[in-house]
Amino acid sequence: MSVPHFLVHSPKDNVGVVVIEGLKAGTEMLGVVTETDTTLNLVAKHDIPIGHKVALHQLTAGDTVVKYGEDIGKMVGDAGEGDHVHVHNLKTKRW
Amino acid sequence: MTSNYSNLTFKGYRRENGRVGVRNHVVILPVDDISNAACEAVGNNIKGTLALPHAYGRLQFGEDLDLHFRTMIGTGSNPNVAAVVVIGIEPGWTKRIVDGIAKTGKPVAGFSIEQNGDLKTIQDASRKAKEFVHYATELQREDCPVSDLWVSTKCGESDTTTGLGSCPTVGNMYDKLIPEGIHGVFGETSEITGAEHICKKRAANDDVAERWYKMWQAYQDDVIEANKVDDLSESQPTKGNIEGGLTTIEEKALGNLEKIGRKCTYIDILDPAVPPEKGPGLYFMDTSSAAAECVTLMGAAGYVVHTFPTGQGNVVGNPIVPVIKITANPRTVRTMSEHVDVDVSGILRREMTIDSAGDALIDMIVRTANGRNTAAEALGHREFVMTKLYRSA
Repeated sequence: MSVPHFLVHSPKDNVGVVVIEGLKAGTEMLGVVTETDTTLNLVAKHDIPIGHKVALHQLTAGDTVVKYGEDIGKMVGDAGEGDHVHVHNLKTKRW
Repeated sequence: MTSNYSNLTFKGYRRENGRVGVRNHVVILPVDDISNAACEAVGNNIKGTLALPHAYGRLQFGEDLDLHFRTMIGTGSNPNVAAVVVIGIEPGWTKRIVDGIAKTGKPVAGFSIEQNGDLKTIQDASRKAKEFVHYATELQREDCPVSDLWVSTKCGESDTTTGLGSCPTVGNMYDKLIPEGIHGVFGETSEITGAEHICKKRAANDDVAERWYKMWQAYQDDVIEANKVDDLSESQPTKGNIEGGLTTIEEKALGNLEKIGRKCTYIDILDPAVPPEKGPGLYFMDTSSAAAECVTLMGAAGYVVHTFPTGQGNVVGNPIVPVIKITANPRTVRTMSEHVDVDVSGILRREMTIDSAGDALIDMIVRTANGRNTAAEALGHREFVMTKLYRSA
């Protein structure tokens, strides 16, 4: 298998994690869901740093973000498929 | 069931009380902050000794003072320590620590400064430290079963790669070695926040689960609610966590919990620096998530090797416990390789499985136990940090 651009923990997740350095917008990315060892393809819409999250499909403000198959917070802005998801559009529901 | 892990052995120092150490330090231990100078002078006089200066030990009271004594006595009692010279400003608390360490059967002697002054204290303590160095350097390592290892864990400067790679590597190690009879421990009460529902389920039984949840809730009420500004922003997640791609405390907690693997359950809850008493197995210790504080508390509870997954590259070490760094972040491997003991970045490239990464960590634990210096030891990281519960009197 080629080296993936991003990994996804669980098939329930709606975000993945970029695992290569220097990812540029427009890259046709290979992703792997580690729990099921299945692959998916996605085009990066932003330059996304290694370790940062990418939206697997359209997310709108108020949506719950799922990673590890668990709730990790809510969108406070919109993100399209392939967009960068981080502190600018995702926040904990706790505080 | 037998596995290829049951025949693992390492060469360690079997102490008077039967526990096994992987290092052989002669420690010069200050009771209090104002005895640091004398301890450092002895450490400088006598080669092969290790002074452990710290910031506290005066006018503490109640639970905070109990924790101070427990940390001092526990550090001196750790099997990585062959012998201890204790120096305090006055004889009362000095004797209390000496008596606590003496229960292990190892050589220990106390000196106090009042009515002697630093110079006479340093001379007397140096002569005793020299005797202890001769004693310690004649001790021999012997073959020990892997079940004699007490292995702690805590991660630091986490990012999303810790949840994908380095934390599951530690979890895989515990899944393989806990059944072989090692003692394990994890902690970081604040960092479980966001995954408390999952952590509660990993208790060995309902009683342990309830006690764990009560402890976690007390932290929320007594520390967070009492002291927070508006949230834990800028601390949980930290700036380093956010740089590494972690966004929320839930995301961080879920990655953190990967350290306890798929199968392990924790069998008891420990107060800070309290040694486990229910036999082999995994424990939870109520600790801060600050690296040096947490590793110091686990060392004081008797753990002899620490496994430390990091994403962005926390460089922490400990004076008496070897701290093994594991990272899956290829940028950290590229930019900070001198701090990395186990490179599991192959997990991200799908070149390495969690299973093979766990085996690589077990191999490094055994080599470290046999005497290999960790990156943190070679670089001189000796962070010894007391946990302070509240202001002194």
